[in-house]
Amino acid sequence: MQATAPEATGVAASEAALPGAAARELPALAEPSLLEQVGAVARRSVVRTFRQRALLIFPLIFPLLLFAINGSALTAARKIPGFPDVSYRDFALAIPFIQGALFVAVSAGTDLARDIESGFFNRLALTPLRGSALLAGQLGGAVVVACVQSLVYLGVGLATGVGIASGFLGALVLLVLSIVIAFGFAGLGALLALRFGTGEAVQGFFPLLFVTIFLSSSNLPRNLIKTDWFKEVATYNPVSYLIEGVRSLIITGWDGEALALGFGFALALCVITLSFAGAAMKNRLVRT
Amino acid sequence: MSAAIEVEQLVREFKKGPRAVDGIDLAVSPGEIYGFLGPNGAGKSTTVLMLTTLLPPTSGTARVGGYDIVHDGPHVRASIGAALQEAALDAILTGREHLRLQATLQGMPKAERVARAEELLERVGLTEAADRRVGGYSGGMKRRLDLALALVHRPRILFLDEPTTGLDPQSRSALWEEVARLAHDEGMTVFLTTQYLEEADALADRVGIIDRGTIVAEGTPAKLKAEIGSPTVEVVPADASEADALAACLEGFGTLARNGRGAVTVQLPGGESQLAEIVRALDQAQLKVAALQLHQPSLDDVFLAKTGRKLEGAGEEDPDGAGDGAGGDGRGR
Amino acid sequence: MRRFVFVARGVAWRSIHNTFANPAIILPSIIFPLFFLAAFAGGLSSISGVPNFDYKPGYTAFQYGFVLLQSSAFGGVFTGFAVARDFDSGFARRLLLSAPQRSGIIAGYAVGALVRWLVTGSVVTIAALLAGMSLEGNGVELIGLLGLGVLVNNVAALWACGVAMFLRTEQAGALIQMPVFIVLFLAPVFVPLHLLTGWIHAVARYNPATAALEAARGFIAGAPVKVALAFAVLAGAIALMSLFARRGLASAERAG
Repeated sequence: MQATAPEATGVAASEAALPGAAARELPALAEPSLLEQVGAVARRSVVRTFRQRALLIFPLIFPLLLFAINGSALTAARKIPGFPDVSYRDFALAIPFIQGALFVAVSAGTDLARDIESGFFNRLALTPLRGSALLAGQLGGAVVVACVQSLVYLGVGLATGVGIASGFLGALVLLVLSIVIAFGFAGLGALLALRFGTGEAVQGFFPLLFVTIFLSSSNLPRNLIKTDWFKEVATYNPVSYLIEGVRSLIITGWDGEALALGFGFALALCVITLSFAGAAMKNRLVRT
Repeated sequence: MSAAIEVEQLVREFKKGPRAVDGIDLAVSPGEIYGFLGPNGAGKSTTVLMLTTLLPPTSGTARVGGYDIVHDGPHVRASIGAALQEAALDAILTGREHLRLQATLQGMPKAERVARAEELLERVGLTEAADRRVGGYSGGMKRRLDLALALVHRPRILFLDEPTTGLDPQSRSALWEEVARLAHDEGMTVFLTTQYLEEADALADRVGIIDRGTIVAEGTPAKLKAEIGSPTVEVVPADASEADALAACLEGFGTLARNGRGAVTVQLPGGESQLAEIVRALDQAQLKVAALQLHQPSLDDVFLAKTGRKLEGAGEEDPDGAGDGAGGDGRGR
Repeated sequence: MRRFVFVARGVAWRSIHNTFANPAIILPSIIFPLFFLAAFAGGLSSISGVPNFDYKPGYTAFQYGFVLLQSSAFGGVFTGFAVARDFDSGFARRLLLSAPQRSGIIAGYAVGALVRWLVTGSVVTIAALLAGMSLEGNGVELIGLLGLGVLVNNVAALWACGVAMFLRTEQAGALIQMPVFIVLFLAPVFVPLHLLTGWIHAVARYNPATAALEAARGFIAGAPVKVALAFAVLAGAIALMSLFARRGLASAERAG
């Protein structure tokens, strides 16, 4: 075997191994930097999403529709003794951010699963693209979409009269928190795609994830949930803390505990899903 | 001269399944087109996945471009281009975007990416369709783009896994032309898997016939066919009453056979060069013929002789699918 | 008529068989309504403490009424998904070619949807009873409740069949589902109509689903309300959706 420098993984390396190679002149290829790899994959991910309008519009419309309906239909909940002194619409605005994150998860996962099913994943595997770059790029694309979604939800909320108790800075923190949450969920979508390899499997988990939003403090504050078992479930459901973190910025202002729990669970979600997704990527991207 | 591809006792076993590849040996010289012919489930795609480093072998060794497929994976991948069984493309991206993405991921300098993409688009005749989404491409266009993507980084060895499956005859011919040009004009080594006899016949310098994971025959198409038998010529008299005279005229050339329609078939131990003599003899005997056809032994006859089965339909006979196991991710999960 | 019945029976048998032989199809139909019952009745039970919330059987029964009709509607919607799948796979073409009386195809799918709902509706009812729901209607009222469910299921199934036959692709799923979802949720889902305020009160007041929902809750409470209106609205919806489905079938026949 010809020993070659690790960087020279391009044509130059193969040229050295074949007879008569020295006579041929071709540009040597270098392995692209991690940033270039991530950028290329992320760009593709964003382009794909923006070209499939249904993938962009439905995750925008559906949560806002529910926000409009529930925000109005549950106005009477304000009359429950102990309900915060805000409109139900203010209370409910946190939910679209979490629902949106869910759609990002499904979209990121389905995209990756489609690549695996179609064989495009193999095409990528034949390049010097690293697994970590592929994962980061896919998730990076998902994050861009999450940014757009979050801005729209916030904009609609403000336009319909929702006040952000924590002010402009709080709104920025809210956007950051919602993006971290979306990133964590996108990691989950990627994990499902890499583990099961089909879009059907990813979409099959969607209802389960949707359920976790309902079985939380999404519709009422936890202390006002009368049914014991439901209250217990909502207390142990990490989604409750994600919602409460976002909600605190809207209706309370600066609630250190809610924010700490919100960010804490969001970051934990990121760490856990990305670790497992990374391992699943190693398992899936089996190249010698 | 060292081989571009060397394979020694390569095996791939899947869990709870038969051996998809059961100890194959082969060698492909630089600049050669090697046709890997076999029915569905023979092990062709599994072999390609191993040689392109996408599937580790269970045992055995192989070197591609001088690099070991197990220990020198990145070097192998840098040396090869591959168009695998499905034209794995992103329907949402355009042809030009595909090429630029591929060039970026292959580490091509930014200044070169655009030029290389344009060059390849021109070469495969997709310049006009370059900015259309691939989802709107025909099958032939997708295959051409697939080939272009495999060539982005100027590999010396090209793997083509059933590249013309599902294509119309025109697209197929165009692809054959391009593959032949790559090999003969640019000296590229091409490892081509196919289940089509005429493709192997038309393109390959040498053919390896694989069945149920083992290579049952290997050689040039002409040599393989010659091993099976001589060509035959079938003559149909214009006047059926002259059938006996026709038979008498032809019996000196080789073993005769006659069918009920009056046609006379004669085997040519001397090969097709005897055809001219036959025509002269018919002319001298003033016998008019309605039809005269030369039948060469085909690779299907070779397959039949080696396995007892015809190549067409051979894949469907095997209920276990001996086993590419190469559907989905090709990893037999 | 005989041919109509034969075709309907054949299509219904296949629809029922495919639904119950495949857990991936039947289980979501059962699990989702149960989940909504748990989430709404469990998570929002404090709503019963709101002044003027005067539904005597309690919040679980209040939500049971909605969930029962929702499961009925979605039983029809899921059947529409199956119709769309049949078109994507090419099986629908086979049906169109072989059925001597093609309107029987629609009837068959509708029967399949109904049988699916009878099972899911029973499961939801049992779950609600186990959760302590109080069913205060008498036998006639409970039959009325069942009747409402049957009619809602039929409306949704005809709508879903129509859309599926017009579009003839699985991608029609969202278009089948969303309008049904919106119509249902623009009814008094969480609180009675008189506790709704703002634009949603205005919309719910004229939403046909509100009549059906209030009638259902009236039957559950043993105090029937808006029964005639509810049945009239549903009968009208069935007539309209039958026409729609028939037009969808004609569109599919023309497409070949």
